[in-house]
Amino acid sequence: MNPAVQGLLTIVVGVGGCIGYFYLSNLVLDKVLFPPHGPNAGRNINRANAIRPWVFLAPALFGLGLYLAYPVIETIRLSITDQAAGGAFVGLDNYAQMSGDPKFWEALRNNVLWLLVVPAASTFFGLLAAQLTDRIRWGNFAKSLIFMPMAISFVGAAVIFKLVYDARPLDQEQIGILNAVYLALGGNEPQTWLTIPFWNNFFLMAVLVWIQTGFAMVILSAALRGIPEETVEAAIVDGANPFQVFFRIKVPQITGTIVVVWTTITIVVLKVFDIVFAMTNGQWETQVLANYMYDKLFRANDWGVGSAAAMIIMLMVTPILVWNVYNARKEMR
Amino acid sequence: MDNIAGTKSRLTWAVNISVVFLVLLWVLPTVGLLVSSFRTTEQIRSSGWWAALFPAEINQTLRAADPDDNRTADGAGRYTVEGNLFVAGGHVPDAEQVSATIRSWGTSSRAIDAYRPGETADLGDGETMTVRSNGDYSWSGNGDQISGRGQRVFVTAETPPDLTFDNYRKVLFEPGNREGMTKAFFNTLTVTIPATIIPILFAAFAAYALAWMDFPGRAILVAGVVALLVVPLQLALIPLLKLHNEIGIGKGYLGVWLAHTGFGLPLAIYLLRNYMVGLPREIIENARVDGASDFQIFVRIVLPLSFPALASFAIFQFLWTWNDLLVAMVFLIDSSGQTTVMTRQIVELLGTRGGDWEILATSAFVSIAVPLMLFFTMQRYLVRGLLAGSVK
Repeated sequence: MNPAVQGLLTIVVGVGGCIGYFYLSNLVLDKVLFPPHGPNAGRNINRANAIRPWVFLAPALFGLGLYLAYPVIETIRLSITDQAAGGAFVGLDNYAQMSGDPKFWEALRNNVLWLLVVPAASTFFGLLAAQLTDRIRWGNFAKSLIFMPMAISFVGAAVIFKLVYDARPLDQEQIGILNAVYLALGGNEPQTWLTIPFWNNFFLMAVLVWIQTGFAMVILSAALRGIPEETVEAAIVDGANPFQVFFRIKVPQITGTIVVVWTTITIVVLKVFDIVFAMTNGQWETQVLANYMYDKLFRANDWGVGSAAAMIIMLMVTPILVWNVYNARKEMR
Repeated sequence: MDNIAGTKSRLTWAVNISVVFLVLLWVLPTVGLLVSSFRTTEQIRSSGWWAALFPAEINQTLRAADPDDNRTADGAGRYTVEGNLFVAGGHVPDAEQVSATIRSWGTSSRAIDAYRPGETADLGDGETMTVRSNGDYSWSGNGDQISGRGQRVFVTAETPPDLTFDNYRKVLFEPGNREGMTKAFFNTLTVTIPATIIPILFAAFAAYALAWMDFPGRAILVAGVVALLVVPLQLALIPLLKLHNEIGIGKGYLGVWLAHTGFGLPLAIYLLRNYMVGLPREIIENARVDGASDFQIFVRIVLPLSFPALASFAIFQFLWTWNDLLVAMVFLIDSSGQTTVMTRQIVELLGTRGGDWEILATSAFVSIAVPLMLFFTMQRYLVRGLLAGSVK
């Protein structure tokens, strides 16, 4: 079957089935199971109302359970069993095997580097852009342009930055803008930026910072606008200069938002895969956990170690998960 | 508001310049790729993309047409060859299409800018050469001089920015091009549309239940959704691939649609619930008092009022599924390569065509163009969704 027809059919079946399910289950609930008339009318209405939320929730809960909750459990199970031995329980063997792999430590080190640099840099640039663009007339246009990379895929961004980092031999015209600038500023020879161990990590991080800054800017700009004007005016009347106003008056009032931005970007960083996969594929010491895991799962076909690596990512996300849930519950009350 | 104390304009310039700098820093990488996608292989190899924005001055060595075939005699022993240097050099099919303008020229490699266009060079013993700015030349002399090989001419010509759609024609409309993007484009579209529409309905009903229906366990479910929001989808790859293989879906569109639906649900439920909670209580309670059932309230009141949140989520999900590489690689793309999506195709090209920037840039731009269009037309909803999704 032609995939386009199949797609159309899926939309019709999916949407139709969904509407049909909700409509019919409601009908059954109200008309057949617990009709709101007859001797038990009152009790029936109550019963129907107790069941209805679950009718509404059922498909979503099924999806969440099957596609997100079950895999967590299953991954834990896979990480402590050995597939080659028919799924026998091997305890922490996979973890031990992984910790003997220098590539794993390289990936972990790089991931920590990413975690330190990318959220900090994105938040910093986002805050800078938000504060600066709020003060000029063409601010909204500028914001749009800085926000734009958000719509570009990681793979697209990888191509964009490969061109930026491109290097040609010294006797040829440089076509990568970074090398052109580098040579114009007095560099002696063009650099292949992505193959310089350790520092190349930062050239990869730049791609994610480029994408995430717009996100940080949008959120922080809204927060900055929410600051009560009196506090700023009072500070100015007291003789504060613009830098003092910004760092002493504004930033402390948006700390909460800064933390939210920081953690959101942290989660993105932990899952970063496409950029490394497309630009270096972990060569030249740029491996990260997500790509390491993909390598183990689909190239080495080692599901045990791959799952163990996935669990490490999960472990690193957990503090944020707990913090988010804690905040959400506080808010519910 | 920072300027009430009259400190205006001292900083304004500094701010404006900083913003210009920041914007350039953020936009130039993309512009570079866009410009490159309109240049020929030759141009990309010989100069940086920024050179394409200005007229380029290049030195060329051209040659007059073969005199033995083209010369005309005036009957008095003088022969003349006339024509166009660029045509003779095979650069353009005819003189009408010459876009370069010759600034100076010469007939010796030691003095390549000896003459201006329109001047006549004396090559000795009565042999002369005239070259006009568009490359038209007239070369005359006696029978011995006007024979053998055509006269060499060194020209310094200025060519206007020259952009071409050829790359796009090649990447999109060349039938049978295995590296083309047409198939991948439609595959991506096939993945994206159902994967965007289906989770919305699932999530909308669930969000309504979590926002406006009272039942035991509601708070725990909301907390659960918040928790699942950050679960890395890397964890889901192996277990679900196994599951899909066991129940017979295998790798294919159905699998990738289901996966995207599952992965998109937490954000959808979270966004929609946050929005629905904020709807005015009176409307919903009045409807209840008037005897509307929950189903009616949802379909007739809550769903239409939630349009902005639905739009926000739809944009997020569209961007995410369109730009996705990992989920497609794991759940969709099999060894036949028939179902490859654009992101995958680009990664493939990065491997096999690493240096061919005209192909890479064009392919990447084909894939980027749709999200960018969506971004610029629907930015309002995107911003609103971001604000609802992360500020607590």
